[in-house]
Amino acid sequence: MVGAALAVAVAVAAGAACSSSESGALTIYSGRTQELIKPLLDDFADTTGTDIEVRYGETADLALLIDEEGDRSPADVFLSQSPGATGFLDSKGRLTKLPQAILDQVDARFRAEDGDWVGISGRVRVIVYNTELVDPSELPPSVFDLAQPEYEGRFGVAPTNASFLDFVTAMREQAGDERTLQWLEGIKDNGAVTYANNIAIVEAVGRGEIEFGLVNHYYNEEVKAEDPDSPTANHLFETEDLGGIILVTAAGILDTAGDRAEARDFVDFLLSKQAQRYYADETLEYPLAAGVEPSITDLPPLDEIVAPEIDLSSLGGELEQTKALIEQSGLEQA
Amino acid sequence: MGVTTVDPPVAPPLPPAAAPRRPGARTPPGLAATSVLLAALFAAPLGYLVVRNVGLGDEALDVLDSDVALGPLQRTVVLATTVSAATAALGTLLAWLVIRTDFPGRRVWRVVFALPLVIPSFVGALALVAAFAAGGLADDLFGFDLLTRPRGYWPAFVVLTLLSYPYVYLPVAARLSALPPSLEESARSLGRSPTAVFRTVVWPQTAGAVTAGALLVFLYVVSDFGAVSLVRYDTLTTRIEASRLFDPSTALVLGLLLATVALVVVVTERSLGRRRAHTEAVGAGRNALEAKLGAWKIPAIVFAGALAGVSLLAPGAVLAHWTWRGFRTVGGAGRIDAGDLVEPAFNTAGIAIVAALVSIVAVLPIAYLTTRYRTRAGGVTNALVVSGFALPGLVIALAVAFWLLRAPLGGGLYQTFPPLVFAYVVHFGAQALRASQVAVSGVPRRMDDAARSLGASRWRRLRTVDLPLMLPGLAAGAGLVLLSTMKELPATLLLAPTGFETLATRIWSATESGYFGRAGLAALVLVALSGVLTWLLTIRHMERVH
Repeated sequence: MVGAALAVAVAVAAGAACSSSESGALTIYSGRTQELIKPLLDDFADTTGTDIEVRYGETADLALLIDEEGDRSPADVFLSQSPGATGFLDSKGRLTKLPQAILDQVDARFRAEDGDWVGISGRVRVIVYNTELVDPSELPPSVFDLAQPEYEGRFGVAPTNASFLDFVTAMREQAGDERTLQWLEGIKDNGAVTYANNIAIVEAVGRGEIEFGLVNHYYNEEVKAEDPDSPTANHLFETEDLGGIILVTAAGILDTAGDRAEARDFVDFLLSKQAQRYYADETLEYPLAAGVEPSITDLPPLDEIVAPEIDLSSLGGELEQTKALIEQSGLEQA
Repeated sequence: MGVTTVDPPVAPPLPPAAAPRRPGARTPPGLAATSVLLAALFAAPLGYLVVRNVGLGDEALDVLDSDVALGPLQRTVVLATTVSAATAALGTLLAWLVIRTDFPGRRVWRVVFALPLVIPSFVGALALVAAFAAGGLADDLFGFDLLTRPRGYWPAFVVLTLLSYPYVYLPVAARLSALPPSLEESARSLGRSPTAVFRTVVWPQTAGAVTAGALLVFLYVVSDFGAVSLVRYDTLTTRIEASRLFDPSTALVLGLLLATVALVVVVTERSLGRRRAHTEAVGAGRNALEAKLGAWKIPAIVFAGALAGVSLLAPGAVLAHWTWRGFRTVGGAGRIDAGDLVEPAFNTAGIAIVAALVSIVAVLPIAYLTTRYRTRAGGVTNALVVSGFALPGLVIALAVAFWLLRAPLGGGLYQTFPPLVFAYVVHFGAQALRASQVAVSGVPRRMDDAARSLGASRWRRLRTVDLPLMLPGLAAGAGLVLLSTMKELPATLLLAPTGFETLATRIWSATESGYFGRAGLAALVLVALSGVLTWLLTIRHMERVH
């Protein structure tokens, strides 16, 4: 029995070895889950006749794997859920400059200054609140107000989550390290309730465990799609408040891709009308190119959200210091 | 080759893993060489961490010196120790109930009690919180909640105890079922209470299996990320996760610290086992009894029902609720399609069975070496195998990538099945090893000697004498590896051949995207599939003995 199983394993392995990435397919490491991108990838493969191989995984894990793989990485393109992981690979010198024609399709705010990656969809930082427990007029106008006594113990954050790290990095850039640390300590002392991630916050708000929390906008959109009765809603901070920055998911071409035209075609495709329509309608994000309008109705369109000017490409290299500040504030243990 | 033909006259005493049967016995060179080779393979993740840490130098010392390491280390050890103790009690009691008493419906319960192990901890924690937190499912339906804010030590303790007690339950059940058929008449004539039977007869026979299982629980808790992160209990793994990308030196040092904790515990357990050897031999040889529960029957049923309710039914209800809600409302990418799960289900079963069988084959020589001969090589090999279980799956996966891509010709095998199975075996081999050690030590050496005196070769003795007797124990070990592999996530995502999806990757993907309906159905299929496989591969072999 054991022998037979081993024989099967070896046979399967031999088969797999023959069909592995040596075949010249375009290999994509995707931090976006297949629910959020597969139909699009299939369309690209079908319409262009390109062979693609997609590895889905946690954005940060895939970035680490690419780093560990070094120059033997099979990956050609990296799709990231957060600016931080993209910046990590960029700081390791693993991303190559994208053609100007691709970069120009996206507002300069949403791509790397050095042209090494381009944003493909956007998420807005918002407050998600429980509609039965709190009136929107009671919500803080600015994220800095969260340290005020009136919000004590009423809200949640996810201090180790990538999007929170990106937001705090933006705060450091705008307000400086000292003010940021003050804010972190302020919300900790004000009884901020911490969670593992955004979805845990939306769930906790839905249960009424906390009245509101800081998340990316689309988590609540998805929860509402499954459970329209969920007593949760999104709310924007006031205009130009740091709490409402826009974060992007990004695409970059890796140095191991060599000079592959398919890789460039693929990134170009991600910015096409068809792809941008998909982010708007299916994943309820903000499209960044091709003039496509978002389809969510509870938040204003991108150009009406006046977000602070943040250099997203600086986020990657700055995250270690951000993490150190959060650690110093003690928020992680709150 | 039924075991009944062997018919041992009395219960074989359970010698602890470390006790050499014959102090003067010479280790067969083939066995020693094989074990050393295997040890080298099992050392892959630890070697990776060491190589990576050497490059860090002073930075590594700074991390160890700070409270970044100390607090999480302390919390990790406290949680792992208390969960081990709780599961040791719970798992032993359950195994005894369904194997050694007249507990009603015990054939069904034997499978049911093994199932919580297959629920990935991040799903288990998510579902338990959704079930029992204020405003959760139980609150909605029945107006009660158990946790206002599920965070910190207690929720972590409860969730991990409920999900990991099968690590004790399965080996103990295997041990109990390998004991010779019970002498019910003596039990009745002695008129002992079930508790007295348990204390005087069952415990001495099972202590080795209990500690083996508790050790696995300890290592499982040490390596868990899913549950502790959701309930915000700050351990070494949550720190590794939080620092892995932007502060890799901290992550690597903490990884090495985690492995050290594991090694210390393994060595401690081994030396305790050695001491236990002497006291245990006294109790051995007593008759194993099948206890009548009598007046305890109702409390036992209530207890088992409550446990199954909390550990299986409640998460199951939440998963079913998510699925039902998803079916009703969601279209597009969140659409639930059961047909979509057929291939992942086959993949899950196939790869888990292969990993379970390869694990058993790989650790059996080590089990023999460490159980029957006292050698330094045995101790080191044992420790290396066990340490693989304490490390997070991400570290195992990165280590495999690291070594494979640096090996000549390794690149051709990268992201194919053999390295994936290798990663599973390195990660979960400890589970097979501890169960195998219990099994090997349960084989009376005198039977082997008798067979040898009749001229049977080593292989023939293994096939006709040892294996049939060890079958329940080996099956339990294979079952543990099987269930762990079925829910494994980080190594599967990073190392599997492109496009190879399992139910666990589907659950992760759906949860990550916020599609709880899809996640719910995939998790239910995973639990059902593991129920079938656990019965086929593990429980059935225990039952055959009777």
